Amino acid sequence: MSPPTLEVRNLRTHFFTRAGVVKAVDDVSFTVARGKVLGLVGESGSGKTVTGFSILGLVDAPGRIAGGRILFQGQDLVGLPDAAMRRLRGNRIAMIFQDPMMTLNPVLRIDTQMIETVQAHQKVSREEARQRARDALGQVGIPSPDERLRAYPHQFSGGMRQRVAIAIALLHKPDLIVADEPTTALDVTIQGQILAEAQKLCAQSGTALIWITHDLSVVAGLADDIAVMYAGKVVEQGPVEQVLDAPLHPYTLGLIGSVPSRNRRGEPLRQIPGMTPSMLNLPAGCAFRARCPRAEARCAEPPPMAEHAPGRLARCIHPHGEALAA
Amino acid sequence: MTVFLLRRLLQAAGVVLAMSLLVFLGVYAIGDPVEILISPEADQQERERAVRALGLDLPIWRQYLVFLGNALQGDLGRSFVFNEPALRLILDRMPATLELAIGATVAALVIGLPLGLYAGLRPNAPLAKGIMAGSILGFSLPTFWVGLMLIMVFAVQLGWLPSTGRGETVTVLGMRWSFLTGDGIAHMIMPAINLSLFKISLVIRLTRAGVREAMLMDYVKFARAKGLSPARITLVHVFKNILIPVVTVVGLEFGGTIAFSVVTESVFAWPGMGKLIIDSINVLDRPVMVAYLMVIVLMFVTINLVVDITYSLLDPRVRLEGKA
Repeated sequence: MSPPTLEVRNLRTHFFTRAGVVKAVDDVSFTVARGKVLGLVGESGSGKTVTGFSILGLVDAPGRIAGGRILFQGQDLVGLPDAAMRRLRGNRIAMIFQDPMMTLNPVLRIDTQMIETVQAHQKVSREEARQRARDALGQVGIPSPDERLRAYPHQFSGGMRQRVAIAIALLHKPDLIVADEPTTALDVTIQGQILAEAQKLCAQSGTALIWITHDLSVVAGLADDIAVMYAGKVVEQGPVEQVLDAPLHPYTLGLIGSVPSRNRRGEPLRQIPGMTPSMLNLPAGCAFRARCPRAEARCAEPPPMAEHAPGRLARCIHPHGEALAA
Repeated sequence: MTVFLLRRLLQAAGVVLAMSLLVFLGVYAIGDPVEILISPEADQQERERAVRALGLDLPIWRQYLVFLGNALQGDLGRSFVFNEPALRLILDRMPATLELAIGATVAALVIGLPLGLYAGLRPNAPLAKGIMAGSILGFSLPTFWVGLMLIMVFAVQLGWLPSTGRGETVTVLGMRWSFLTGDGIAHMIMPAINLSLFKISLVIRLTRAGVREAMLMDYVKFARAKGLSPARITLVHVFKNILIPVVTVVGLEFGGTIAFSVVTESVFAWPGMGKLIIDSINVLDRPVMVAYLMVIVLMFVTINLVVDITYSLLDPRVRLEGKA
């Protein structure tokens, strides 16, 4: 059996700042198989974006990968030389960024930015690269791509820019796409269209997709598996329906409860009390225990990641087992 | 584009007109050229004849209108001292100043951009810190002192370069140029470096700040995520973005260099416009002063226009039609 597209094992990405070591990603493991979608969910600052950058080798100083392995089709990306990593980036592994207004260079035309991506990985003529760029734009639903190729980013709306960014990510038909909240900055209808495109792509070409988001409703419709991150650690992971229907970790339950549309009218909105802890001095033990309704003395010990049911992992010593049993 | 150009030309005409009035009044208010130009032994009749010949007996506004009328025909008056058309005097000296200013600006870009780029990309490297410290020196050392030191070292002690003058010149398009002869270039090196020292520092600091800002932008990270080489990211993605502020400042500096290269021209006895204007001010040669200031105003207006057009070429978001 061929290895899964991506296997992340005990990844640790730390930032060595003057104020101390920030463990932005601390012992994160997950697997994404061919054609599957993993939803990486968490609040701002939980380390999900840094996880994405770690996979692409784009963590900047003072941050660096302090441990763990990132196996891409069986090849470890941690410690891979820059040149080898660059050959994979944009080619076999692509990334889509959160803010489409910022990801395209404002002073370069769309065709320049697309053609350079094609030519960075394949020796093709400018004309052929241009052809590929045009097809990619058409694929993501940009009308009259020939004309649009000659435009500058500021002549596009946010949704259109994100489509261009996605088209750039698709140029080399990558095996893995890391999408960092690509629909957060877009309105709902555009978001729906882009989600549908993403789903179609994975099903058709076998591309594995990591969809980073804080929006559980997006994950519910799109992902096969879900990994919930809190303070740099994955606190729960499993198949998406099971996790959303019967969460094990109190944090996951709190996240689900915070989705406003699940609330009944007239009832006050539910929320998780407190704030995410400062990453600079995380308390020992379970990072969530200060906000957890079930916290007890034992939570001061770091809880291990444990399998509570087949395929259901959670980092909690007293998970919501009753939900599981039901 | 055409609308923009037309509007800018109209505005430029307005600026030049306003400036002509200011310059004329300002220059009129200082000193009395008659005292300097006519010998103290001359009698009253001779004095009056001279005053009438120079047109100084008319009321100020008549003098201004006469000046304006002549100026429109390209006649900015005759120098009291040289008895030559003031404009021609200035245009004669212009190539010298122009080639010096261009040399200095080119040196500023050729030296400043790479150093600034390096300092921006490797802010913590010892060399980058050295460059930044050097740029502070470039900012703060007085021009005349650096000029004298250059002469001391390279002309007097080492004898490598000539200390003063323009050297051999070649006449092209009716103007004399130094940069086309080896001797001329040898004469140009020191004054050009002297003049460009401040500009090099300016370009270094601007470039470094621009690069450091651009490197943090998402589009640079996205370019890296596309698998582009560091060279392409730096030279295309970053460079084109930082050129915008650099072009603006260098354009304005270029005008300043042409107008105010007095110190350098004096130190190196470079026969340019700066030396001419200082000499003219000393002897209150009014027409030359007025003509000089008018030429400078025209030059600034032109440079600003060129900068704006370059700007629109570099940054597609700048629309020339939108506002002027």
